[in-house]
This record gives sequence, C-alpha cells and structure tokens, in this order.
Amino acid sequence: MLLAEQALNGLQYGMMLFLMAAGLTLVFGVMGLINLAHGSLYMFGAFACAAVAAATGSFWLGLAASLVAAAAAGALVEMVVIRRLYARDHLDQVLATFALILVFSEGTRWLFGSFPLYLTLPPTLSGAVVLPGGLHYPLFRLVIIGFGAAVAVGLWWLITRTRLGIRIRAGEADREMIGALGVDIARLYTIVFALGAALAGFAGALVGSMQSVQVGMGEPVLILAFVVVVIGGIGSIKGALVGALLVGMTDTLGKALLPGLFARVLDTSSANTIGASLASMLIYILMAVVLILRPQGLFGARA
Amino acid sequence: MKLKRLLICGTAALALAGAAQAEGVKVGMITTLSGGGAGLGVDTRDGFLLALKNAGDAGKSVELVIEDDQQKPDVAVQIADKMIQSEQVDVLTGIVWSNLAMAVVPAAVGQGKFYLSTNAAPSQLAGAGCNPKYFSVSYQNDNLHEAAGAYATDAGIGKVFIMAPNYPAGQDSLAGFKRYYKGEVVNEIYTQVGQTDYAGEIAQIRNSDADAVFFFLPGGMGIAFMKQYAESGVGKQVIGPAFSFSQDILPAVGDAALGVKNTAQWSKDLDNAANAAFVETFQAEYGRLPSLYAAQAYDTANLLLSAIAKADVQDADAFRAALAEADFPSVRGKFSFGPNQHPIQDYYVREVVKEGDVLTNKIIAPAMADHGDAYAEQCKM
Repeated sequence: MLLAEQALNGLQYGMMLFLMAAGLTLVFGVMGLINLAHGSLYMFGAFACAAVAAATGSFWLGLAASLVAAAAAGALVEMVVIRRLYARDHLDQVLATFALILVFSEGTRWLFGSFPLYLTLPPTLSGAVVLPGGLHYPLFRLVIIGFGAAVAVGLWWLITRTRLGIRIRAGEADREMIGALGVDIARLYTIVFALGAALAGFAGALVGSMQSVQVGMGEPVLILAFVVVVIGGIGSIKGALVGALLVGMTDTLGKALLPGLFARVLDTSSANTIGASLASMLIYILMAVVLILRPQGLFGARA
Repeated sequence: MKLKRLLICGTAALALAGAAQAEGVKVGMITTLSGGGAGLGVDTRDGFLLALKNAGDAGKSVELVIEDDQQKPDVAVQIADKMIQSEQVDVLTGIVWSNLAMAVVPAAVGQGKFYLSTNAAPSQLAGAGCNPKYFSVSYQNDNLHEAAGAYATDAGIGKVFIMAPNYPAGQDSLAGFKRYYKGEVVNEIYTQVGQTDYAGEIAQIRNSDADAVFFFLPGGMGIAFMKQYAESGVGKQVIGPAFSFSQDILPAVGDAALGVKNTAQWSKDLDNAANAAFVETFQAEYGRLPSLYAAQAYDTANLLLSAIAKADVQDADAFRAALAEADFPSVRGKFSFGPNQHPIQDYYVREVVKEGDVLTNKIIAPAMADHGDAYAEQCKM
C-alpha cells in the first residue's frame, strides 16, 4: 500500500518535471540555446495564475491565464533578448539568461511584493479520493498526472503529425537549410520558445497551487529539469518524458526506502540522516550512471 | 597664513565630526530584502524602523544603514566588512538566517562591534562561542522546538512523527524537540533543504501509527508541506514552531493551517501595553499584521535605545552593561538576559484561528516559563 502510494507520488513528480523539461529540451534541441530563465517563466505562470484567480475567483481562468501569460512573456523575451544570442556561444547565453532570472525575480517582487501569494484549489479538485484497493490519494495529484500525460500526447502529435512539427524537426537538423527553403526561422523560433514557456508557466501554476507561489520558486526545479534533459538526451521529447519519470521515481522511492534500508544495520537516528543524505544524491548518481553508459543521454541524437 | 587657516578649518571639522559621533549610534542592518526569503527581512526592517519612529526624538539618535544580503553568506560578509571599515558602524543587526550569522557575527564581534540578533541564534554562539559583544534578542534557535516538545508531553501525545530539513538547524530542531518530549518518537525524517514536494513524507506519515506530527520547515518548505498535508486527508494533529505559522506566511498557507498548534515567545494577542502599542502602530504604518520577526526587531531597536539612553557606545563596557540590563518595555512582557546574553523568557502555545477573513494566531496555553537554553552552561564569560 505504502509502495503503491509512493509509486503514484513518483509518477506525479515525474509528470511535473516533464512539463518543465519538455520546454527546456525543445529550446535547447531546436535552437541550441541554454535558457536558465526557464525557471522564471515557471514562476511567472504561477504568479499569473494566482493574480487572475484572486481577481476573478476562478482557478480555471487562472490556469488559462498562466498558459497565455507565460507564452506571451516567452515570446516577448525571445524577440527582445534571446534572438541576439543564437549566434553566440553557450557562455554568453548562460550569462544573459542568468541576468534575465534577476530581472524577472526583482520585477515580480516589485509587482507583487516580498510575501508569498495565496493560491488555493477549487473544491472540485481538492481533497483525497479512494482508489481501488482502498488507497487514499490527493485528487489534485491525479489531475497533474492526467495533465502531464495529455501534454505528452499533445506534444507527440504536434511534433510528428503537424506542419509546425515538421519544421521544428527540420530546424533541429539543419537550421540554415530550412531557412534557405523559405521557412521563416525567426518566427519558428519565437513559436517554439513561446510553446516551451507556456509549458513551464502551466507547470508553475499547477505546482504553485499545491506548494507556494513566491519569488525564486523556479530555480530548484530548473536544476532538476536540466538533470532530466541530460538524462533523456538533448532535444528529445521522448527522452524528456522517460528521463522525468525516471528522476521522479528514483527521487521519491529513494527518499522513502533508503532510510529503512540503512536502519537494518545502523541505529534509527543516524540511518535517517545518512539515508536522507544519500537519497538527495540519488538522482545525480543516476545521471552519472546514464552518462557513463550513454554519453548522449538515453534518447539523444548528438553527443 | 594659508596653512594656518587650513589647520583651523580641519580641527573644527574634526571636532564637529567627533561631536556628531558622540551624540548618536550608527547601526548597520544586514537583512534579506530580495529572493525567496525576503518577507522575513522586510518584516525585520519594518519592525526596527517602527520602534525608532515610535521613540520620537530618541529614535533620531540612531543612524541606520540597511543593506540586502540576498540570503547569501558571502554577500553578508562583504556588506559587514564594508559597514565596519568604511561606514564605521558601532552596532550590527538584522541577520535572519543562522548560516549567515555564523559567517558574519564572529568576525564582527572580533573587530569590536556589537551584534544584536533580531532572529538567528545558532547554538555555536550560545555555548562555547559566546561573546560579550553578542546579544540574541530573539531566542536561542532550539527554544521554540523545546517548547513544542514540552507542549506535546503536557498534552499527553503518546506517539509523534518528527521531520526537519537535513542541515544543522534542522538537526538542532529535532534534538531540541526530543530534549523535552517524553513520549515515543515513531519516526524521524530528514528532508532535503529547499524541498517543495512532500508526497513521499506524507505517505510515510499516513502509514505510521503516530498520533501527531511535529515539523520544522522554514519558509516556502512549510507552506508547501502544510498545503499538501491538508490535501492528503491525513488527519493527524500538527505541531510546529511558529516559523511556518508566522503572520508573513499564513495567508499563503491558507485554511490548511487552521487549528495547528505552534510555539512562540510572542503573539499579537499577548496582553501588555508595549505589545498593544506595537501591534496597533504596525498595522497603521504598514497596513498588515506584524509577524514574529517584526516583533523581535522592534524589541531589538528598543533594547538598543534603552542602552543609548544610559551609556555612550564608545565606552564598550558601560554600553554592554546597559544592554545586559534589558531595561526596555518588551512586547513579550517579561524579558531578561541569561549568562550567555540569550533571553530568559516565557514560551506559549498558539493556535491558528480566523479573525474575520484574516488567519492569525491566538495563545491557548503556556508552554514553558522563564526558560533559558541548553548551552548557557558552556559559555565562559
């Protein structure tokens, strides 16, 4: 029973990471851009959701607003800042997008103040449900799993079955060539960036309503999202999904099981301390192992 | 001739400068005004400023320099160096976080500056590392957890599940709780610092046979845990130190916090004149209810003003003696310093309630009276 609940937790955590990592890997894979400000877009989505939900009283409108606002912010940032960085090397991109984090953080504080915002779930989504087998599980976590799966299917459809998807894949393979074939690369990049931003903003709104909406909430998630991208392979949506689920499961099950394993040979107090320390390292160990076996990541095309 | 005039002007200027310095005290406040933890620093700053304002003319004897440490130890150290060397402050204050305090305080008191802590009070500075120029006006870090342990024992809670982040303050917290808890600890969990998803821990709580949960999760971690705990439908009672139920974050936790018991040395409904004036003027000035951090900073400023009224800060021994008397109207009512210059004070159990639309705390019982800390004996001063 405990294990089943922890597996669901791992699945939900993985889906949330997938929403973050999908945008990151799209932007990285297609445009070759390292975007450290992806976490800021996640925060932006959460704040947009909280502000609109507070103003209108509707969580659903807030959720829609998080998508729209993050996409708009993403498109704007791409046109104003990111566009100048494609030709630069990764170090310049890191520097510029790190500056964006600071601008976003202090801008958000200027708008909303230093105290965390209030974002609450509507009654239809809150509380726990009883699953077959008698397991009580929070409804909203099931909803996140559902949203994550829907986004995964939607992205797969977009990339493999639509004209935009063809262009994205082509842009990934050879950006000069599709430019020569008459595709408006600048607009394609803006769309891809806005799409990635919208996914991050959506994740921010979902997680914000379960955790807290505050300045700086995006940075810890960003690091994990990079781990997911590296494990899954740069540019691969499938890799992002598999990597995110792997990381989510490893982290959750590690935290749940390791202290108990250590307790068999050590006393409880030090077993808990050592178990917790090792559990927090587990995903990085996973990443190291994957990189040793497959330097390009699980589904990466290039090394 | 020219040289003579220059000399006269120079001496006059020096004399003036000397006079100005003797009149007032220059205070450097290092606190967190940006990043995720900024709410705590903003309340610290506002509480301190309010005390100076409420003191009228006496408040003008304090010249205050405020800088943002961004919650980063290296930045805090840089600011402290600048404040001590080029701004020549007499007193430092304001640090919220223990790791920043550990980076700044030993060096600052080593250079002869006073440090008055508005919040952070790590055990290292209370025991063997105590210093005549270091005063904690808030508490010793373990105190609120000790009070929670004492309350859980008094309330007859037989089995408890305890949890804190895996870093020194988290380990101190659980040690503090266990120091005064007489029942059985069924499980002890260390979480990651900065963790925001507690699904795994909640599953373990659900599957344990504990009667109650004690947790120390400062800042956004506590908000996240409480919201997810309420969603999970696990109905076990929750006990915590006041940090996760302080006025600055209660609105973000929302109704999930209702009914939670938490421990603190201050509450806005404490019945004394100084507190009534503080709560009323804070609301009038800033349009929100004060938090624990604001109350501690308000007391720190008033302690400083009481010492300024009695002694010159340049006379370090006299100034220290004046501080140690703690002769100021504390918003906590009774307040005095122990031998290691940490507070001896009462601790209370508060419950999160709703007053109209506003979530806030109400005192429901005493937890510990005239309580000092476990490290005072190790302090050789």
